[in-house]
Amino acid sequence: MSGEKTFILDGKPIAFEDGDTIMDAALRAGEYIPHLCHNPEFTPHGSCRICMVEVDGRQVSACTFPAAEGSGVVNDSDQLTAQRRSLLQMLFVEGNHICPGCEKSGACQLQAVAYYTGMLALDFTHFFPRRSVDASHPDAVIDFNRCILCELCVRASREVDKKNLFSISGRGINSHLVIDSPTGKLGDSAFAATDKAMHVCPVGAILPRHTAYNTPVGKRLYDRQPVNMVGDVAGYEETDER
Amino acid sequence: MVALPDPEDFTRELLVASNSDRGRLLQYLHAIQQRYSHIPETSVHQLALALRLSESRIRGVIGFYSFLHDTPRGDYDILFSDSITDHMLGSRVLLGDLCTRLGVEPGLPRADGRVTVDVTSCTGMCDQGPAILINGQAVTRLDNFRISSIAALIENLTPLDEWPSELFEVQDNIRRADILLSRGSCGGGALRALVEKGADTIFGEIATSGLRGRGGAGFNTAMKWKFCRAARDDEMNDRVVICNADEGEPGTFKDRVLLNSHADDVFEGMTLCAGIIGARHGYLYLRGEYLYMKHALEETLAQRRRDGLLGQNILGQAGFDFDIEIHLGAGAYVCGEESALIESLEGKRGVPRVRPPFPVTHGYLGKPTVVNNVETFMAAAKIALEGANWFRAVGTEQSTGTKLHSISGDCDRPGIYEFPFGVSIQQVLEECGAADTLAVQVAGAAGSTIPPAEFHRSIAFEDISSGGSFMVFGRHRDLLDMVQNFSRFFVHESCGFCTPCRVGGVLLKDLVDKVHAGRAGTADIQELHRIGTVVKLTSHCGLGTEAANPVLDTLGKFPSIYEKHLTQADYQPAFDLDAALQDARDLSGRDDAGAHIRTDL
Amino acid sequence: MTEKLKLATASLCGCFGCHMSLLDIDERILELVQLVEFDRSPFTDIKKIGHCDIGIIEGGVANAENVEVLREFRAHCKVLIAFGACAINGGIPAMRNQFELKECLEESYVDGIGVYNRMIPDDPEIPMLLNKVHPIHEVVQIDHFLPGCPPSGDAIWTFLTGLIEGRPVSLPYGQIRYD
Repeated sequence: MSGEKTFILDGKPIAFEDGDTIMDAALRAGEYIPHLCHNPEFTPHGSCRICMVEVDGRQVSACTFPAAEGSGVVNDSDQLTAQRRSLLQMLFVEGNHICPGCEKSGACQLQAVAYYTGMLALDFTHFFPRRSVDASHPDAVIDFNRCILCELCVRASREVDKKNLFSISGRGINSHLVIDSPTGKLGDSAFAATDKAMHVCPVGAILPRHTAYNTPVGKRLYDRQPVNMVGDVAGYEETDER
Repeated sequence: MVALPDPEDFTRELLVASNSDRGRLLQYLHAIQQRYSHIPETSVHQLALALRLSESRIRGVIGFYSFLHDTPRGDYDILFSDSITDHMLGSRVLLGDLCTRLGVEPGLPRADGRVTVDVTSCTGMCDQGPAILINGQAVTRLDNFRISSIAALIENLTPLDEWPSELFEVQDNIRRADILLSRGSCGGGALRALVEKGADTIFGEIATSGLRGRGGAGFNTAMKWKFCRAARDDEMNDRVVICNADEGEPGTFKDRVLLNSHADDVFEGMTLCAGIIGARHGYLYLRGEYLYMKHALEETLAQRRRDGLLGQNILGQAGFDFDIEIHLGAGAYVCGEESALIESLEGKRGVPRVRPPFPVTHGYLGKPTVVNNVETFMAAAKIALEGANWFRAVGTEQSTGTKLHSISGDCDRPGIYEFPFGVSIQQVLEECGAADTLAVQVAGAAGSTIPPAEFHRSIAFEDISSGGSFMVFGRHRDLLDMVQNFSRFFVHESCGFCTPCRVGGVLLKDLVDKVHAGRAGTADIQELHRIGTVVKLTSHCGLGTEAANPVLDTLGKFPSIYEKHLTQADYQPAFDLDAALQDARDLSGRDDAGAHIRTDL
Repeated sequence: MTEKLKLATASLCGCFGCHMSLLDIDERILELVQLVEFDRSPFTDIKKIGHCDIGIIEGGVANAENVEVLREFRAHCKVLIAFGACAINGGIPAMRNQFELKECLEESYVDGIGVYNRMIPDDPEIPMLLNKVHPIHEVVQIDHFLPGCPPSGDAIWTFLTGLIEGRPVSLPYGQIRYD
């Protein structure tokens, strides 16, 4: 098609429209750029930094950076993969991610992206922060040990559910998710199992109750195929395929 | 202490007096904090209702700013400036001394609620440190005598406004004046020139002058104004002018001096900008540490209104309407980043925005906005009055005019120095009376460490760019103390939004602490490189990308400051193994050989 | 024939599942013993480690004895491998890091249901607990990491054969697992 705007992603031309970010265009073209805090249904955020790509020699987050005619974008390079592993490791050591004891394991996007980048080691010093679990709601549990501060629930509650139930408080390494209710507990909030915010968590921080371990090992989302083939967990959460 | 009014009444009055303005949330919180030493639950509830915000959102704002608290601080809330230059002047000994005298633990209110003693990031008094803030008021030049006086005043319950006024004296210490500081106030002259010659002509002068932003990034000022003027403007002249007086870079204090002695020119520059770009609203975002200047600044604004230099129909020109409001920050270095500053001005957590779009098109409340540094506005006013050639006559081709430097550390005459751009580090050192210098930290914690071999280099955008911080370290210093101080600073000031700055910053700080404690090996140095590089390349904003500078820069230029602390072995455990058995020893009462781990292996 | 590589294994604060998984390479273990000779290992019951080429460590570091064994392995092995989830990040035992050691010991020896002779043990024979459970790379230098709870037999085979033959180890999708 003539007149179509394109940029080059790892040597391939990718068509885009005005207003597209690099991520928007890549997703539409079926090209995978590793990411955690991005979900095309919400305002781009750019906080996890996993989707950093090189545009004409400079690093930018693909989910927030506008696509530009003729620019050369590197997504797949040894340096970027090593860097992504480091960022993933930071997310792992910052919280308490005990995969063998997590019911999201196997359908966890943090795991899946780490698998995709070939992350074997977690050789930073672990923080082992003391965090709580909120089991006050009849239909959902929040395990703050696993929160990676992607703010997908914050955005879903604000932009789709129109409830504004989640915010971030604290600063720096003390940043944490807070719930809008008189007690700060989920059970005393207006949260419902049908909320969008219930289904967008990429890790096992917000979990539905009564469904744990329904899917046998071997048949979980990322057991057989990598994240670049099967996509984000949020999309999968909302299908009835489970 | 005098009985306080009910916080509910106080909060209600605040809201009523300003029409429950959501954008003023931070200002409300500041006022409540000042009055009650924390934000009571009832106030959070009232604010949420009145501003139609969720309570968690308000708690999120309280949790973000260092000067806001959800539990009470002491009636006397004392914060020691924790800048490396304060340390070098003995602040930590004085802090310990004050805590002993008052019987308090740092950071915790005394049991009777009388007093809290804590630390805070650089308060901008480095030329007259050690310094503290007490209930937001600055006390400088601390020594044993002052500490004992302060302790006595607190024990005697003397209200702050009855304390000896000399305690609160802050000096300008202008040591070298060049074209900016040697002139008297514009006194409306720049605005008269604007009215007489027209906006295009004056804009042309600003453009020809080559003026670039004085905050450090050095963006061309005329270009910024031009972009803003060209931006879509739904309501006529609804653009916004913001003066960034959130001078948080450790070692910088020139804006304090400009606002103390040249505020008139700063406001004139803002009004000039408004006249050129078409703006009606202006804000001075004043860092919370400079609360003590707010009253005088309000007075200056009031005088300018009386003089017809601010408000409706400025200088009698129909439609030239512009006014300036002062908003206070509340202890967050990141708000010096312009988009974080705008978020803060809107009453939110100061998290830097995704850019593009840039503030010139989508700034305060989505309106086209110019954000410039205090010094930039002052220079713009002077250029409008004196002309571009006057300005271009000093400085270099790419860095025209002069730059104010805040000089502190190991020199005889710390203070404010105005030098033409292009001045060499060596010249600056000679003028401020620094001898036997080990290194100079230019542009603050986020800047670069300059070794003697590079003292011939010049301060200019084309060589070493600086927002004005200039810290001198003498031969007797251990530069690793500086690196440690800066690493801690960046951890404290990270907004927490992006992974590399939030987590990587802590990893860096912990490794620097490990080196400093003599528990690190060469493998840790490689880790510092690896993590520092990721933080630098991948962070969301300028704070993050620069947070690793102190480490990466000194690893490259001063490897020996690390090497001399390293152990023989390449690898060292991440934690003190024997100390990790202490709890078990305490609980079991054991102290046999098996109750210890050798750490000398 | 060149001399066989020497291999030692140990389980620190783990569940022995990784060792069981090593046996899950099934008949390939016959091939493995053609390539390596087992030194100290629960498989051989050799208690004292000699000079080895490869050391495999399962489990995290929870007490003083774990530190001692781990240091001995580091001193005797050319290459040391963090084997499985607990060695890599503390794993399930590290969930106790959410509590003070005092709370853990009091729950077990003082306040717990059915506890008699309520006291925190002080016998010098008992290894002293560290305040927290740590990944092994926080105590000694680690050369390779093989995640999994446990790593599957196939992953172990891919990993070990690669290592023994001196190839860069590349695990196919499905063999990198954290659970």
